[in-house]
Amino acid sequence: MGILSLFSKPRPHLHRLPAGSMTIDREGHIVTSTIASSYPREVLEDIADEVLRLFREARAAQLPLGEFKVQFASLHLTAREARGGAIIFLSPSVSTT
Amino acid sequence: MEARHKILILDDDPAFLDLYKEWLSQLPSKPEINTATNGARAMALLEAEPYRVLICDLKMPKMDGLQVLSIVRRRFPEIRTIVMTGVEDEEFRSRAYALGVDLFWLKPDTHQNMQMFLECLESLLGRDDDTGFRGVQCKSLIDILQLECLSQSSTVFRITRGSSIGKIWILNGDLIDAETDGARGEAAFGKILGWKSGTFETLPAEPERERTITKSMNALLLEVAQAIDEVAAPVEPGAATADAEDRKNALRTSSLAREGSEWVITVPEEKTNPPQGWGTQSANEFAGWVRYASEAAKRLSDKLQAGPLSHMQAQNLERTLVLLPDNNRSFLVAWPGTSDASRLIEQTKKLASQWES
Repeated sequence: MGILSLFSKPRPHLHRLPAGSMTIDREGHIVTSTIASSYPREVLEDIADEVLRLFREARAAQLPLGEFKVQFASLHLTAREARGGAIIFLSPSVSTT
Repeated sequence: MEARHKILILDDDPAFLDLYKEWLSQLPSKPEINTATNGARAMALLEAEPYRVLICDLKMPKMDGLQVLSIVRRRFPEIRTIVMTGVEDEEFRSRAYALGVDLFWLKPDTHQNMQMFLECLESLLGRDDDTGFRGVQCKSLIDILQLECLSQSSTVFRITRGSSIGKIWILNGDLIDAETDGARGEAAFGKILGWKSGTFETLPAEPERERTITKSMNALLLEVAQAIDEVAAPVEPGAATADAEDRKNALRTSSLAREGSEWVITVPEEKTNPPQGWGTQSANEFAGWVRYASEAAKRLSDKLQAGPLSHMQAQNLERTLVLLPDNNRSFLVAWPGTSDASRLIEQTKKLASQWES
């Protein structure tokens, strides 16, 4: 059976949008996550990092925030501040276009 | 003799590229066809010369199709983009359209399907339509409205320009209503007519639609055309301009109070242009955060290929903030903490649309 796979061309794959939630500590480390483990960890860490920096920059601008929601064309991100860290919810939005 | 349009095809499979080239050579307009097997090469070709259409596969190593499309959308907004893929998945279709592609087509498996694709492509190639609306090329929106008025028809026009959608209701040749980005009536009509290009479609008439416009179509068209001319060729700078600016500021402050928001700042994309604030003394500090948040959203959007930022809503104990990108600037509007959060995006869009009126 395995011999057939020798001739098949390996196809690159597309990443789906992340769906689920994760909690991050004040250092940006992911503490818990319900996002599929196949989703690249480094991308989730980048999201965590951006979220924490957004909260910090807001504090520095005298706009301390408890929560923010970002609506992209095909993804909704909600981040809630939690003791210096955050809870992040990610949900893809499928349009009917 | 008309210049031939250029089409760039991007697919990591050279066999498909040869096949596409063969197929596309059948197009009546005989476009020039070039190919690339990876995103970097495609970018280099797009940089080097103007292309009309990019046909792009989705699954490719290193830089996938969605990454390529999100860069192309930003750097070459005039290029029409087509996704041609074997990936039959609603999520990817939806994300591709969110990135602004013109057509999402599954790799044709029958001759009939291929013929349909070629017809769509030929229509997308268009001719000399740098202005005008897709679907009705070489005609301005004013031309189309005048035709509808003369033919006494009833219809609804849906016009899309980037992330903005406008609708114009016509009943028996009379303009009865218009709506876009939270604005309605004459203000919305003026705003839509200011768009120089977009996508255009007609929907069935809605005779039950409430009438908000009572002026005749011709009177309104005249007013709008005059306003557009004034913007295109402004009167000489001086006292009149300063007066107009004062009047505008007074109107802005009153609409801020009328809508119930606490303060508004506008932040130009260009960092050399200063932000402006109404109802707050801290426009510069807040603008710093707006710029940071907009850049962070862009980074996240690129990384996740989630499409452009639509809006951001943030809360603290005292107020809710809405960040809304609008052409080459962003609005940050502060609403009292007691406001109905579900309506704030619409209210912010409305406020932003009134800002220049």
